[in-house]
Amino acid sequence: MNIFNAITIGFKEIWAHKFRSLLTMLGIILGVSSLVAMSALITGMENGMKESLVQMGGIERIRVEDQDIPPYQSHLADQAVGNTVNDVYALQQSAPLLRAITPEMRTRNATMTRSDKRFSSWNFVGTWPSAIEINEHTIEHGRMFNEIDDENARNVCVIGTAARDALFGSPEELGREINPVGEQINISGEIFTIIGMFKHYESEQEAKKRELAKSQPPPDPSTVQRSRGRSGSRSSGGFVWGYKNSTVYIPLNTMWLKFRAATGTENMPDPRLSQITMKVRDINQLEATIQQARNVMMITHRGIEDFSFQTQENWADQINSSIRNARMSGGFIAAISLLVGGIGIMNIMLASITERIREIGIRKAVGATFSDVFIQILVESMVIAVVGGIVGLFASEGIVRLLQMLSPTENTPVITVDAMVVAFAFSLVVGILAGIFPAMKAAKLDPIQALRYE
Amino acid sequence: MALVEVRNLSKIYHLGGEEIRALDDVSAEIEGGEFISIIGPSGSGKSTLMHILGCLDSPTHGTFSLDGTEIQNASRAEQAKIRNQKIGFVFQFFNLLPKLSVLQNVELPMIYSGISASERRKRAMAALEMVELQNRTKHRPMQLSGGQQQRVAIARALVNNPKIVFADEPTGNLDSHTGSAILALFKRLSEEGRTIVLVTHDPNIAARTTRRIEIRDGKIAEQVDETLAGLKPR
Ligand SMILES: Nc1ncnc2c1ncn2[C@@H]1O[C@H](COP(=O)(O)OP(=O)(O)O)[C@@H](O)[C@H]1O
Ligand SMILES: [Mg+2]
Repeated sequence: MNIFNAITIGFKEIWAHKFRSLLTMLGIILGVSSLVAMSALITGMENGMKESLVQMGGIERIRVEDQDIPPYQSHLADQAVGNTVNDVYALQQSAPLLRAITPEMRTRNATMTRSDKRFSSWNFVGTWPSAIEINEHTIEHGRMFNEIDDENARNVCVIGTAARDALFGSPEELGREINPVGEQINISGEIFTIIGMFKHYESEQEAKKRELAKSQPPPDPSTVQRSRGRSGSRSSGGFVWGYKNSTVYIPLNTMWLKFRAATGTENMPDPRLSQITMKVRDINQLEATIQQARNVMMITHRGIEDFSFQTQENWADQINSSIRNARMSGGFIAAISLLVGGIGIMNIMLASITERIREIGIRKAVGATFSDVFIQILVESMVIAVVGGIVGLFASEGIVRLLQMLSPTENTPVITVDAMVVAFAFSLVVGILAGIFPAMKAAKLDPIQALRYE
Repeated sequence: MALVEVRNLSKIYHLGGEEIRALDDVSAEIEGGEFISIIGPSGSGKSTLMHILGCLDSPTHGTFSLDGTEIQNASRAEQAKIRNQKIGFVFQFFNLLPKLSVLQNVELPMIYSGISASERRKRAMAALEMVELQNRTKHRPMQLSGGQQQRVAIARALVNNPKIVFADEPTGNLDSHTGSAILALFKRLSEEGRTIVLVTHDPNIAARTTRRIEIRDGKIAEQVDETLAGLKPR
């Protein structure tokens, strides 16, 4: 008997017991679709996490932060100068493995006001023009300040949309986009001119949602009320996005001269920086680059190690390991459900061959061999699993939608071909494993006992 | 050399410590072309002998050859091939597959001999014509009368053109009129040159074959009991 005949018989047998076959397949359908759906959700999550990592400069970004002086150097504490602009110049000079480098000086409690409106930024920074590149910013209106602005310590600022929304009103509230470039605001008592605004940062998912809302017909007033409630969440679609949108950049020198007291560095001879941010030229040389930068800074700090390097590698590792864990546990659960589906198939195949002992006897009497019977039963089991698997692949789309409806996530689930291939292969393996034992049992039947079986 | 050579076959069953000699040192020969009956009372071991000769069962002791093959040396797969190519079975209870049509039932042996679908159909149709059921090809076995079902079984037994046909009480489940027609069919097939072994307990049926082997308590009777064999009226 050839395989084609065996498959035909398999389909006939399944068709002859439609309901029973469907119930049996259900296990495989659910197993396959939950495997694919689970993977889709996790892939969505992974994309979201990686997206935010990229928004924060990716893994090429390194920060130099202050660090407590190591105990063996504690006698040198009063000579420690901290991170200063001198370090930045030195690094620019002597650390060619760095692609870009920028100093950052922050203040606590900077409050921006415009008439009766107030805004407190989480991310009010005095910096250099290069910050825009290192921190992955994009200008929507106006321009970034330049070296001349910095040299002259001009009162100019570039703001994120969260600052604009708070001080001028958000597009959702006003129904139109406000371009604040050229307006003046008060930052802790100093008057600043807004010379640029960043674009609105949001996850792909949020962008899509907003597009959708835009294409919808204008809402009636009652729903506007509700959507206003939601506009607060516009910037809270994830810490990273909110953080970036609340950015307010001013020139480093302006920060130093105007807010010296607030930076807590009043008595320092050199402007003391909150941190130095830089980007690696080649990510494969991350270690070497850090070593080079460390060597440079050990000289400028006269051997006092009061600084430390922070990479975002840990973050990337964390993403990878949490995704791996999620995949492992999700895959484990889905695999168990597939296994249970397989047990269902085995169970039904055992029942089926018991019903068909006489048939098997007759087939053997007219010349079916061990392998003929074995293949027939195995193929039947595989047909159930494969049909279930295919249906499961189609059902996974529905399951993903259902899960989205039940608990909307921040990230769009992504059904990957890989996941589909793995799930389908799994169902095939389950079908084979579930079929082997019943097929063995049927093929080993003694023809005469099978014929006599009542 | 005879088509079937049986040498000292025994089949012993053990039932709860008791030894049942279903066959006890049976020797016999069947020539090609013979129309022969194996006769004996119920429980005498006729079916057991037929199953062994048909490679469905294996003997406890003894050997036999079929068409030159020593069956005790044949593997299970080879025995399956012999059943497929050289032997046709007709059973008391027809043993058709209820889910298949008449045509598909007749095609069944050819599926296991790897014959192409079109050739299968052609030969199955020819076999059904031989038993005059060419108009019932799409029926299910259950939609046919007992006699018709047995004719389908005969067509299936013949479709691979076997060396020998074993029929175990083929009329046992039919009324006498229908049974008689089936016997006439066997007679005709025999006249066409086929080797047919008819297993029966009925002297009247045995009387219609050309030779009889009588079996009693698992042993071949030296002298055929002429009354039992239907040669003399009771
Ligand atoms: N599987 C078996 N186990 C035990 N005894 C059996 C088995 N098959 C047949 N027998 C016994 O063997 C003897 C011959 O049986 P059988 O060949 O079917 O007789 P017949 O066909 O002549 O009526 C009977 O006594 C029967 O009970
Ligand atoms: Mg019998």
